[in-house]
Parts: sequence; structure tokens; C-alpha cells
Amino acid sequence: MSAVLDHHGDQGHDHAHDHPHGWRRWVFATNHKDIGTLYLLFSFTMFIFGGILALGIRAELFHPGLQFINPQLFNQLTTMHGVIMVFGAIMPAFVGFANWMVPLQIGAADMAFARMNNFSFWLLIPAALSIVIAFFLPGGAPAAGWTLYAPLTLQMGPSMDAAIFALHIMGASSIMGSINIIVTILNMRAPGMTLMKMPLFCWTWLITAYLLIAVMPVLAGAITMTLTDRHFGTTFFNPAGGGDPVMYQHIFWFFGHPEVYIMILPAFGIVSAIIPAFARKRLFGYTSMVYATASIAILSFIVWAHHMFTTGMPVTGQLFFMYATMLIAVPTGVKIFNWIATMWRGSMTFETPMLFAVGFIFVFTMGGFTGLILAMAPVDIQLQDTYYVVAHFHYVLVAGSLYAMFAGVYYWGPKWTGVMYSETRGKIHFWGSLIAFNVTFFPMHFLGLAGMPRRYADYPMQFTDFNMIATFGAFWFGLMQVYFFLFIVVPMMRGEGKPAPQQPWEGAEGLEWEVPSPAPFHTFEHPPKLNAAATKVIG
Amino acid sequence: MKTMKALWLGWIERAGQLGLVLATVLTTQVAMAVNSLPGGPAVNQLDMHPPVTAIAREQQWLHYFMMIICLVIFIGVFGVMFYSIFKHRKSKGAKAANFHESTTVEIVWTIVPFIIVIFMALPATKAVVAMKDTSAADITIKATGIQWKWGYDYLKGEGEGIGFISTLDVAQREMSDAGKPSGDDYLLRVDNPLVVPVDKKIRIITTATDVIHAWMVPAFGVKQDAIPGFVRDTWFRAEKVGDYYGQCAELCGKEHAYMPIHVKVLSAQDYSSWVDGEKKKIAAKSDDPSKVWVLPELVARGEKVYNANCSQCHQPNGKGGGPIKPLDGSPTVLDPDKSKQLHMVLNGSANGMPSWKALSDTEIAAVVTFTKNHWSNATGQIVQPSEIAAARK
Repeated sequence: MSAVLDHHGDQGHDHAHDHPHGWRRWVFATNHKDIGTLYLLFSFTMFIFGGILALGIRAELFHPGLQFINPQLFNQLTTMHGVIMVFGAIMPAFVGFANWMVPLQIGAADMAFARMNNFSFWLLIPAALSIVIAFFLPGGAPAAGWTLYAPLTLQMGPSMDAAIFALHIMGASSIMGSINIIVTILNMRAPGMTLMKMPLFCWTWLITAYLLIAVMPVLAGAITMTLTDRHFGTTFFNPAGGGDPVMYQHIFWFFGHPEVYIMILPAFGIVSAIIPAFARKRLFGYTSMVYATASIAILSFIVWAHHMFTTGMPVTGQLFFMYATMLIAVPTGVKIFNWIATMWRGSMTFETPMLFAVGFIFVFTMGGFTGLILAMAPVDIQLQDTYYVVAHFHYVLVAGSLYAMFAGVYYWGPKWTGVMYSETRGKIHFWGSLIAFNVTFFPMHFLGLAGMPRRYADYPMQFTDFNMIATFGAFWFGLMQVYFFLFIVVPMMRGEGKPAPQQPWEGAEGLEWEVPSPAPFHTFEHPPKLNAAATKVIG
Repeated sequence: MKTMKALWLGWIERAGQLGLVLATVLTTQVAMAVNSLPGGPAVNQLDMHPPVTAIAREQQWLHYFMMIICLVIFIGVFGVMFYSIFKHRKSKGAKAANFHESTTVEIVWTIVPFIIVIFMALPATKAVVAMKDTSAADITIKATGIQWKWGYDYLKGEGEGIGFISTLDVAQREMSDAGKPSGDDYLLRVDNPLVVPVDKKIRIITTATDVIHAWMVPAFGVKQDAIPGFVRDTWFRAEKVGDYYGQCAELCGKEHAYMPIHVKVLSAQDYSSWVDGEKKKIAAKSDDPSKVWVLPELVARGEKVYNANCSQCHQPNGKGGGPIKPLDGSPTVLDPDKSKQLHMVLNGSANGMPSWKALSDTEIAAVVTFTKNHWSNATGQIVQPSEIAAARK
């Protein structure tokens, strides 16, 4: 990946020889590109692991009655699927994107704190290990749901402590990653790259990083209180000692709701890069996109209790959280409209990144609609904790975050690896995933409306057919991701395929396209001189 | 590349095997017939349950209302997007325009959704207020979530005092374990359903003994978390006689899927006769006031009553203290004429002794017998419950 061509983006220095090789290159990595690669590979591994757990869940639910796993193991699978996908797959994957793309997009030589960057990645390994080890501890993995509601967590075995430990270090890793991103973006932009000329991906990550710093300590507080309740005789969440189980939920969701946006804002950034590139037209309403992102981030702090409508809040509480939640539809809508306005009267082509980006808009918006329906407190009373909620958040997290990441891999993959993916294979992956996704999750809306509760190992027989369809879709979706790995990721990593030009996309703009493909080990060692729009290097 | 091909072939083979397994399971599925369960889920139900309360009807209406608005927006927004996708393609010779900003447009598409949102929030507000109004209930029932069953206690209104535990029918759990489910009410059948009268406002108070559970009945539009150490409430007024089903809706551990809720809604007469039946059952379980006791049995019972009611003042040693009269050696207690002591216990006295009328005949008989035959008091006298009944008149 380090073949260096003489190019103005690189200032012509050959540094290929002065970085460690072999395992040292990765363990002692301080290069943002290497660390980005590590993050992406780590998160893909966790994605596959979490996916296998999901297939275990779906296999059990294929048919009513218990066939493969007992209810205790079932709860472990749902819990760990959630924890792994949220903390092990989606969050690190976006940090991987940030590591690769933020310095390239703002014309910086590297991330601000290179060694901290290394540390924040390698912290993830013990975290991942303690999550895997949790399955082998007495009593099995935590089975209290990914939200880890008290007082159920107080009944869990030692694996709960392992999971708390894992979440703590993942939180530390996220905070360090965020500090790094904020400092890099605020201090290391190339001259002329003003904040309001910066690519939206950097903007969304800047805002996300602030969200992370604000809420990860809140999660840490909640799980530390759980830990002391479990072992040191405190009773924060134990009513027998004057504690309040609902207080846990308030603290958790004060973290949890901004967390939802932490997982989607960078996706907005990726899509905002791809739509203009393939519409060959500048992003419509750049300024309003920045403001909309910031509004979503601010609003995300005052809507947390919409996850708790059934805990029994006073009328005024329900009304406030209902109104605030519905308000989020406004800035989110602005984003959708801006993307469509960008496409309008463009000159569009539909390579795989664009397909995934349009697929993102289409399917994510459906998740947005169900979100609006769930925001209505009276309707939520019917749907809370049913499969409708499961359908809703998979529409925004899988078809939202994950699709945006696929789009990003196809879009920037040629820059990372120096080779083009196979367009046919990309299209197979897209259409296969899109259809399989909807086969899996669309029927869950009906299950939820009919009142099938989530986290159920077994269900009344009237729900059978939709569950069978969902399971069929889930295995199909899983196979599509194996296909993606074997036939797209592996060949690209091996450098098999057509060599990628420096600028593989006709309409793409930005500094990342000003360096050769693959991006050399060191880029922008000296601050580049930029054109007025800060999209091109001019000497 | 060779290994790649081998891998690919392996996957095809494995996919084939999976298909075979799926096909086998699918064919066995055909043999497994199930019908819709009235008041519970219907086969392949696409919508919320048919509403049986005003709140559930309101929720369903709100859901349709939202669906229509969302559908209109969906068609509008994606109509534009897909038109653009088909028309503004490079392959159709589309040239990219150059516009990329319009403050007016941005303001319009911020304000319009804002107005739509307010329009949505108005009817929802009305429903929230109605939903939370648990006042003026005809009957109040406490539902206690217990891992993994429901306890019901009738606290107020017709049926007050009735209480029982409602557990999943044992056969259901066995069928689940065996992987051989059957029956339209699979996993929904309980031993003791909650029974309520039709057209009466029923307030459900929820709490729990261990972890958080949630009491849900979709046909009533009710879902309320049951939180240990706290009480919350919700209400419903069922408009139709019948059986209605729900399940626990908050992850509560291993058997979360096995603590269903079954509510039997009866007509007013049927409910009254159900209450009578239950009351009789309770009475049958309690003491029979016409029973004739033997001395040691009654003394043992009386000690419990004494410790629960009397020993705070008269002391466990029966010596009393200060203004409290001693019972040990008391002339009233030792008197062969039992009526003096019974009068004192039943009616109390101005010296501070309260009336204990609220205790049952058996309890009073037992405690009086106890005092007459404990400490240094060894009268050998026995007071039967029937004597208390007589003394009360």
C-alpha cells in the first residue's frame, strides 16, 4: 500500500523505507492510514461475530418451540449481538473511516496525537476479548439486553463484570479517538480549508466527537453504579436499599440517545460526499446541512425518555419528550431534502457507492417514518418493546449506518487499496443486501403491530410465518456479507483488480482525490496550497 | 484463485444443505395448523389488535393517521427522487445544473415539516392526557410481576380482597421445551386469568418483587412497566365481554417469554357470581368459626395472636409496665367468669386498652385462652370461638 509516486500531494519524499515492517508496523502503528485499516478490519471481524449471533437468534425463531437454544442462551445472544454490533462494529468502523479520511480531506499529515491513536485502537482488543470470554464464564454471557437494565443486571453472573470492563475500555478508546479527531480537525486543517469549506464528513465527525465526549462518561457512570451495586453493597438501582431502577434507565438513555446519533451522523457525512460525486453537482445547501447536523446533535440530548414511555411518566413528561422527539424529524427531513435537491438535475451515474447511498436515503427514511410513529406516546404504548421497535432500529442502523459504510468502502476503497472493485460484484452485493434486508426486517413491523414482544425465545404460533420469512432473509443477508468479504474485500486487499486512477470518480471533489491511489504512506507532509473552494491542491 | 474457487464451491454446497433443511422444516410446518385467537394474535396479523377500549381505538386511529401522512410524504419525496433518478442520468444525456443553494427553499422545507409535526402532535396530546387519567376507577387491581408469573390483588371495588397468582399453564412450557407447540393459545394459556367486569373503569396498579416486568394487553391499548419497589398505574374500560391476551413486555430474565397475561372480561352478573365464588373459596380456606378446639392447639394459636397484637404493651412476659396492666396473675384473667375479660378485649377500656373487635372470633378465643394458660396463669379454662360470637351480640 505504500508505493510512492511522485506527486504534488506528497511533496515527493520517499518514506516507504522508514516505517517498521512486519508485525511492528501494526502493533506500533502511528500512521493514520494503518490505524484506520486496523479499525476497519477489527470492526468487520466484530460485525461477522455479531452477525453469527444474530443468525443464532433467527435460527431459533424460525419455528415456534425451542429447537436449538434454551431461553437463557437466547437472551445472551440478543444481548451480545446488540453490544457487539453497537460498540464493536459500528462505532469502531466509523472511527476507522475518520482515521483514514479526516487527515486526507483536510490536508493534514496525520492525526494530531499519533501514539494516542495507536493506544485507542489497541484498547479495543482486550475489550473484544473480554466480551468473547464472557460466553465461557460460569452462567454464560450477560443476558440483560444491550441496555443492561437494572435490577436484572444484579442477577447476572461474573460475565456482567467482564462486559462492564469491556464497555469501560471501549468508552476510554472512544473518548481518546474523539479528542484526536477534534484536535486534528480544529488545528491541522491546511491553510485555506476554513471550517465552512470543510467536507461534510469532517463536520459530521467533529459534531459526533463532541457527542461522544459528552455521553461516554455518562454510560461509564451508569455501569460503574451497576458494578458497585453488584459487589460493594451500594443500592443505586436496588429498591430494597432505597435505590431506583428507573433512574438507571434515565442515565442509560441520556447516553443512549445521543449514541444513536453518534452511529448515524458520520453516515450522513459519507452520503453527503457520495451523492454530489455521482450527481456531478455540488452538494445542495451545504450550510444548512451543517446546521441541521448540529441541531440533531443538540436535540439528541433532550429526547432520551422517549425510550421510557411505558415506565409511567407524568403527563407533562410524556408530552415534553413526545414533542422534542417529533422535532428531530425537522432537521433530519432537511437533510433528506438537501440530498434529493443535490440529485435533482444532476448528471447521475449509479456505480455501487451511489447505489448504496441512494439505498441509504430510501431505506433510512422508512426507518425515520417508523421513528416518527414511535415518537407518538399513545402509539408507542402499543409498540414499545415489540418487534416494531426491532424493525425500526434495524432500518436506521443497518440500512442507515451500515449501508453508508458500504457506500464509503466502495467509494474510498480504490483510494485505500489502489485497485478498483468489480462493479458487477458490487451490484450483486447491493441488490442482494437490499432485498435480503427488507425480507428480514419488513415483516417485523407486522409482528410488532400484532404485539409480539421482542427478546422472546418462543412465541405464539400465529406469528410463525412472518418469523420464517425474517429468518430466511437474515441468512440471505448474512451470506451477502460473506460474499462481500470474499469477493470484494479480499481481492481489494490483495491488490487484485484494475489499478485505480488517482481520481476514479468523475464528479468527486476533495483533497483525498489529490493524492495518488493507493494513498502513499505519508501525505500532505507540508501544508498544501489550496484553491479558493479548498477542493484542489494548486502547487 | 484456486482456493477461492474451492471456498465458493464449499459455500454452494453448504447453501444447498441449508436449503434442504429449510425445505424439510417447511413441509413439517404445513402439518401445523393454527387459527387466529380472538382477543389474542390473529394468524399473520398485519395491524394492531381490534380495539376493545376507547384508548386502544384512539391509538389505532392515531396510527392510521400517521400512516397516511407518512405515506403522502413518502410518495411526494420519493416521487421526486425516483423521477430524478430516471430522468437526470448521465446515460440519458443529462447535463448537471449548477445550483447549490437557496435560502428560501431551505426555510420552506424547515417550516413546512415543523407545521406538519405540530399537526401530528395535537391529536396525540389529547390521547396522552386521556391515557394517563386513572382517577375515578370502579375497581382497582394490583398486578405484581414476579419471576415469572403475575400476582393479582383486588384492592378496591367489587371483589375487594380477592388475590391469586396467575402462571403459564404447565403443558405450554413443556411443549415449548420439546419444540412441539400446538394450540391456538400456545404460550398464552394461564391457570388463573384475571377476571374483570365489562364497561367498568379498571385501574391496574403495577409493581414487581424482583426485576422490571411490563403488563400489556394489546386489545386494551395498555402497557405499563411493573417496577420493583415502586407503584405505577394504568387503566382500561373493556367494552366487550371476552378473553383478551397479552405477554410480559420487559426483559425479565430466562423465562421472559413464559409469563402471559389473560384477562377474562365478564358481564356484570357473571362477574358478581365469580366474585361470590371466590369469596366462598377464601372463606373456606380461613378459620371455621364453629370449630371446637382443644386446649394446646388453641394456646399455640393464641401465642401467635398475642405476639402479633398484645406483646408490644403487655410485654412477652405478661407483666405490662407503667400504666399497662399485667396479665400474669391478673384477677380479670384468672376469673372463672370469662365475660369480664371478653368484654375488655372486645370493647377496650378508658384506661387505654383498645378494642380488638377487628380480630376474628377464632383469634380472640385463641388469645384469651392463651393468657389464661400461660406464665403463672394455669386456669385450664378454654374459650371457644362460638363463645366470642355470642359475646359480640
